[in-house]
Amino acid sequence: MPSDAGSIAAARRSVLRSVAGSWDFVLLVILAAVLFGAIGWIDNFAETITVTFLLLDVIPIALMATALTLVIVTGEIDLSVASILGLTSAVLGQLWLSGFPLEIAIALCVLLGAVLGAVNGLFVAGLGLPSLAVTIGTLALYRGLAYVVLGDRAVADFPFEWTTRAISTIGDTGIPVAVLPVIGLALLFGVTLHATPIGRALYAIGNNADTARFSGISVSWTKFWTFVASGVMSSLAGIFWTFRYASARADNGLGLELAVVAAVLLGGVSIFGGRGNLIGVLAAVVLLATLQRTLQLASATDEVLNLVIGSLLILSVVVPNVVQMLRQRIRPTVLEGPTP
Amino acid sequence: MSATRTEPRESAMEPPEPTGKTRAARHVTVVRELGVVAVLVLLVAVTFATNSRFLSEQSVRDLLLGAAILVVLAAGQTLVIITRNVDLSVGSLVGLIAFGTGKLLVEYPGAPLVVAISVGMLAGAAFGALNGALVALAKVPALVITLGTLYIYRSIDHLWASGQQINAADMPPGFLDFGRSAGVLGIPWLAWIALVVVIIASFALHSFRSGRELYAIGSDPDAARLSGIPIGRRVFAVFAINGALAGLAGVLYAARYGTLDATVGTGLELEVVAAVVIGGVAIFGGSGTVYGAAVGAILLTTIDSALPVLHVDPFWQLAFVGLLILAAIGLDRLLSVRLTKRMKGRSAHAV
Amino acid sequence: MTRSKFRRLASGLAAVLALTLTAAACGGGTTRGDDEGPGDTQDSVGEADPNAEIQEGLHISFLPKQINNPYFTVADGGGEQAVGELAGEYEEVGPSEASASSQVSYINTLTQQGVDAIVTSANDPNAICGALDQARSAGAVVVTYDSDTDPACRDLFVNQATAEGIAKIQIELISEQIGGSGQIAILSATPNATNQNAWIDLMKQELEKPEYADIELVEVAYGNDDDEDSFQETQGLLSSYPDLAGIISPTTVGIAAAARYLSGSDYKGKVALTGLGTPNQMREFVKDGTVESFALWDPEALGYLAAYAAAALASGQINGEAGQTFEAGDLGEYTIGDGGVVVLGPPTVFDRDNIDDFDF
Repeated sequence: MPSDAGSIAAARRSVLRSVAGSWDFVLLVILAAVLFGAIGWIDNFAETITVTFLLLDVIPIALMATALTLVIVTGEIDLSVASILGLTSAVLGQLWLSGFPLEIAIALCVLLGAVLGAVNGLFVAGLGLPSLAVTIGTLALYRGLAYVVLGDRAVADFPFEWTTRAISTIGDTGIPVAVLPVIGLALLFGVTLHATPIGRALYAIGNNADTARFSGISVSWTKFWTFVASGVMSSLAGIFWTFRYASARADNGLGLELAVVAAVLLGGVSIFGGRGNLIGVLAAVVLLATLQRTLQLASATDEVLNLVIGSLLILSVVVPNVVQMLRQRIRPTVLEGPTP
Repeated sequence: MSATRTEPRESAMEPPEPTGKTRAARHVTVVRELGVVAVLVLLVAVTFATNSRFLSEQSVRDLLLGAAILVVLAAGQTLVIITRNVDLSVGSLVGLIAFGTGKLLVEYPGAPLVVAISVGMLAGAAFGALNGALVALAKVPALVITLGTLYIYRSIDHLWASGQQINAADMPPGFLDFGRSAGVLGIPWLAWIALVVVIIASFALHSFRSGRELYAIGSDPDAARLSGIPIGRRVFAVFAINGALAGLAGVLYAARYGTLDATVGTGLELEVVAAVVIGGVAIFGGSGTVYGAAVGAILLTTIDSALPVLHVDPFWQLAFVGLLILAAIGLDRLLSVRLTKRMKGRSAHAV
Repeated sequence: MTRSKFRRLASGLAAVLALTLTAAACGGGTTRGDDEGPGDTQDSVGEADPNAEIQEGLHISFLPKQINNPYFTVADGGGEQAVGELAGEYEEVGPSEASASSQVSYINTLTQQGVDAIVTSANDPNAICGALDQARSAGAVVVTYDSDTDPACRDLFVNQATAEGIAKIQIELISEQIGGSGQIAILSATPNATNQNAWIDLMKQELEKPEYADIELVEVAYGNDDDEDSFQETQGLLSSYPDLAGIISPTTVGIAAAARYLSGSDYKGKVALTGLGTPNQMREFVKDGTVESFALWDPEALGYLAAYAAAALASGQINGEAGQTFEAGDLGEYTIGDGGVVVLGPPTVFDRDNIDDFDF
């Protein structure tokens, strides 16, 4: 710890430098550039309706990515998020068909999400199985159960007020009402991750589970709860999805897990755990949605978007590493004193 | 992918000297693989008892044809996973190479089979090498890189195909015949190719020094580096080989189905990883065999054709596969815990 | 690995027409019954003026279930030709995966761009309704083709064929090919495929007619729209019924697999095969004599008709009410039927003489 004024100033400089050189900052700059570019050059982009459409697309991904960030920070992964979304949607539809009031059906679905997440958590944290393999298994299992529940039927006759509520906006701002609870949840997760002992424990586990264990952190329980959180957030995404599209189907959100994982990784979270933050992740989620909207308005095809996503993903991990390697190669000749 | 980074290397298999540890580990692997074989045999027996047509010559041939492509992919993926990496781009790669093979043969219908296979494998190897270069040189996690190339290779496929479909009728009949007909002993050519791939991969993995080094890299990269194993070069080579095998699978796909568009192979990557995991290859590297992965792939394919015969509601199929994956990794853990216990007992003796 | 789990679900649309066939006439979803959906809240087009001129420069956008899907590439090609004839502005946009959610995103984009007409094939009859309503309030007309939405969300549905027409033509073809008498079997998709089952019921009714009295339907087999399963089922049918004279397969996957089996067996040319298939998949079997003729609608004509319908709507010539008529270029005059549906016509029959005129 620096104690004298000089080293505090040095520390401050290095903080500044690390902020400016950090991936979040780069992401925010790219996001700003894309936004300005789109406003300037893309017809029909600078409209309030753009905000509505964009944010509606962002909500389910943001919900899942927020919780997945916690999971990945501990060094685990959850590939079953989109299947939980689909199963929740199917169950919500079936409950509604069976005559449950929606309020109760929704509560049951959130509970279901918690249970599905807990199953993942049990396998990973309880039995110590690798999360990548476990959640590929539950990816198939949960999606399979969604088909068992609803088959190839679709439930579509949800009350009009609920489906409108999902897409209604705050006055004339164009901002969907549904964004507010999402912001609330993101704040809750952000504060938990960045300003509480729980968050510090998550990073500690991701950096070195043994050290974390020795310092008194219950590694298993902490990991377990991150999977439960991921399950709950995915089920919320499933509920929103069902009402937004007014359609409960077993294949809702099929294949979305890769997009969510891509967003989290693009947000600068290390797949090995221990590194990354929620601001970067949310910036990445918004960036991807903005790119999609911009490219669509510019009449570019999906392939271009996928090409951009893939390249960004690779660049996000390759560039920092290459820069670091180059620095290490240059440093010995530049520095006069011995390297620390 | 670091969950087990800090865990003890209980299932590590480090050749060459057969110490007590490796013998026990090998024993576990054998038990594990026999378990999968037992499930497979049981499934086939029950299905056969329900409907004897399930084991008719034609059905068996169809089963082998269906399994061949997944087996080839599983063999390649096994090599990658043993080094504690993963390649998610294989589904996109199969699609891209299958479409390319179609294009090639429509353009040059006279091209011999060997040429089609070589071009496919070389192109696949090039794409695989790109994955490998990014993973090995830039030292970034394979999951992220190959997730990125999954998107990129698929986009290239879409941009290239741009809505076209290549139809079986446009392909040289000889090529399609190769993809469908039986060869020596009435076994389809595709199945022979898959078998050869499995035998070669397995032989290389166990008999070549560089092959055995893959296990060392996967069970403990730091120790492997200290013992002088060129990790970067090995990982690069493994990705290139996996790419070549994905290319081969793409050519086989083109021969088997003949009808090709840009969606071929979508989602195949998770199926391949599932087959490998069911076959007893540890997802965090260091243990498992190509034979095991191949049996895993055959099991997945057999489930596909057996469940309809057993009149299992088709909607249950996917859930069933999910359960099987969970059971497989659960079994892995059970066996490795036992192994650890036994080893502890043994080292206590030694002390 | 025929069509194993992940892939079967991940790329449900791999078998190009399979889904189109299953979804073709599917209306809405399962309903709880005691609650009404959004309902017909608006009638965006006012009075129609039959004498109105077709406007030039109309911006007509095609939004298929999935872009880069060969079936839709051909259909939209027909649309492009029609829009060209009408001196309009044609565009094709759409997701690379057939999902309703990405279609919504594209409808939103088209709404923002202020296009005059959206011609779409719905991945989900209800999920894109909200977005289409928004597009219509913004002034666009909406025509569905191939797969309809909830009728309240569109102005017109261009239907490729009626279930009756599909059933009738297949019975006609098989009767012709087996000389009016003998045992036949049906090779369908999955046991619970709504459309297939509706067609099979109608085929059974058709067989009751006196002219088909000598034809006996012995079995309905299910190939699950899977190449291998269908192949095996064909083999099973032939070994179970040695006197089988013909097979009808009302699914593109099934008919192609059955043809492949027949062409490599002793039954080639002896057992008749017909059903619904695409010319490109069936060409080799028609040429080698395995299959005499089969049927399907012409997707190019479908897209062509949809574009003309969209232009007529956007120009105010029609507003989607039953009984109105409009000109559709080379296809002639069409009349709107009940529920705002226009039927393309009887399915096209493909045989050795005309199959080379089609490329889809």
